[in-house]
Amino acid sequence: MTSPAFKQNAHDALADKQLQQALGNVRAGFIDKRAQAADRLPEFEALRDSARDIKNHVLAHLDLYLERYETKVREAGGQVHFARDAQEACATIVEICKAQGARTVTKGKSMVSEEIGLNAAIEAAGMEAIETDLGEYIIQLRHEAPSHIIAPAVHLTKEQVESDFRRLHTHLPKDRDLTQAEALLGEARMVLRKRFLEADVGITGANFLVAETGTSIIVTNEGNGDLTQTLPRVHIVIASIEKIVPTLEDAAQILRVLGRSATGQDMSVYTTLSTGPRRPDDVDGPQAYHVVLVDNGRSAMLGTEFEEMLRCIRCGACMNHCPVYHAVGGHAYGWVYPGPMGAVLSPSLLGVDKAGHLPNASTFCGRCESVCPVRIPLPKLMRHWREREYERHLAPATYRYGLGVWAFFARRPALYKLATGVAMPVLNFFGRKKGRFASLPLASGWTDHRDLPAPQGRTFQAQWRERGGRTR
Amino acid sequence: MSARDDILSNIRRSLGVTGREAPRIAAVEERLRSAPRGVTPMRGQVSRSALVDLFRVEAERVAASVAEVSQAQDIVAEVARYLREHNLPASLRTGVDPRLAGLDWSATSISVTHGPSAGDDLNGLSHAFGAVAETGTLAMVSGADNPTTLNFLPDNHIVVLREADLCGDAESLWDRLRARYGKGVAPRTVNLITGPSRSGDIEQQIVLGAHGPRRLHIIIVRD
Repeated sequence: MTSPAFKQNAHDALADKQLQQALGNVRAGFIDKRAQAADRLPEFEALRDSARDIKNHVLAHLDLYLERYETKVREAGGQVHFARDAQEACATIVEICKAQGARTVTKGKSMVSEEIGLNAAIEAAGMEAIETDLGEYIIQLRHEAPSHIIAPAVHLTKEQVESDFRRLHTHLPKDRDLTQAEALLGEARMVLRKRFLEADVGITGANFLVAETGTSIIVTNEGNGDLTQTLPRVHIVIASIEKIVPTLEDAAQILRVLGRSATGQDMSVYTTLSTGPRRPDDVDGPQAYHVVLVDNGRSAMLGTEFEEMLRCIRCGACMNHCPVYHAVGGHAYGWVYPGPMGAVLSPSLLGVDKAGHLPNASTFCGRCESVCPVRIPLPKLMRHWREREYERHLAPATYRYGLGVWAFFARRPALYKLATGVAMPVLNFFGRKKGRFASLPLASGWTDHRDLPAPQGRTFQAQWRERGGRTR
Repeated sequence: MSARDDILSNIRRSLGVTGREAPRIAAVEERLRSAPRGVTPMRGQVSRSALVDLFRVEAERVAASVAEVSQAQDIVAEVARYLREHNLPASLRTGVDPRLAGLDWSATSISVTHGPSAGDDLNGLSHAFGAVAETGTLAMVSGADNPTTLNFLPDNHIVVLREADLCGDAESLWDRLRARYGKGVAPRTVNLITGPSRSGDIEQQIVLGAHGPRRLHIIIVRD
């Protein structure tokens, strides 16, 4: 976790040429696809309201739905485990794996498993954890964290993946052609197929937990999550407590906004409902089914101004549309959740003392909120964190001093008018020629990276009065 | 206190409730009982006769192929044609679905094996429980008849769908599931499949055939 070093991380990311090349794919890909998918469904905006309302209803009744969900899983022959925090969740899963005498564990993509550091716990207990989503597999080979919640390897170029495959798949012919994405995917498919078949335990996350039936639902495109949960003897689902929906109808409502918001797909390729272990007549499927429900700070977010963040369905639209994410990528945020959703969630889960820089990494342009499928007011929540950071005196002294100076003038309109009335003509005089400043004394933090526009003409207040605007 | 009780009491403290309030309990029970549908897109609300066309359009949009036959016996010829056209070996693995059991493969050179896949089958044949026209989605259920492994392990997946089992929207599919398994009960696995497997994890470029089938062929029986 390097969130406290966000400024340095961002600085390094901006200078990383390969990263900047890869981030071009985010800017180009996700935004158009989402817009096209949303445009093709006239009911899309109404469905966003519906999804928001479902999530709000669940959060207001979360205790009761969790109890119902637990009962239904048990009735279907599954087991439910609750975990207060990351350590308890890891210990529970390691224990289930050990009781099975497991040696290898395959994993579908799960952000909460990243949050709790599950792979490290499994490996520390002497078992092998194998990520099977292509992106997760690639970053596991590189010992990296995901840089995006649905496209974990989006920070890498094809050439980087090729060189990792050549470095680690040493049993394959050296002269094979890996220049195309098809060849890289084909190689991962072949290597992982063997691992799927030999795994003892399969772990998946969950996009939804359905209280009505005790069902967990995963949404994938590759089919890796399905092989993970179908082939081994044991299927473990790890999910955070806010993933509950009341009924299958509610899941269908949210599914209609999830795929479109994430990848611009009307539906992801595989939406899979799992309920308990295999039945007596079933010819395949796991013999045991466990669900580990993780709190890890979420129950404390209920009833606070950050409760709305618990509506998040992890589609990634906010980061796909974020100019800050586009500039620095996901790793700069220093933990598993990047972008605007991470800037709100990470301080809740890690503490504002560790992740307080993240809510500052926003221009408040509002694009994240405008595309959020469950209408989370992300800029407002980031502002709440900024206020808390300020109140707790965690903001740097220069920042507090600057704000203090501005506030002093802002509260005294006559002085403000005088100060801007003096500053404007001076800046205007020096910057008139080019219309902008490439450097300014005391403002290098701004002008090192972009020009400061030179004031044009007169102050806002003067123009306001001129156009007949009212003054107090 | 157990983790379970701890978490539930934390939630209740945060929400300012005890968990015993009658109106809250009633709201939850009512929602689970009535399962309101919410916003249903018009796209799937078409006449029965238009459903097949809508399904075909949507399935082809996601790179599945669709064929129609007028009776179950014609499935054999269509499967043979498909394998030939794509230059695939004349072998096929399928479950023991009674709706496919009567098919006579003797007129073809296709060798048919039965039961779950162990990961080395090139071609799989399954029968769908239903489908959703709104998104071109197939619904497969686990059980004795159609192994779940056949949905994912073979390179080429051929799925038979009866026209009568085609729904306009997911909500109608849920109704059919409840009619079959009972309210509040579900089979071990329901696989909703929308096109062949794919990944966009390398430079955002979509490539078909990730870990699941590279090709998905749907045969609609219009009897």
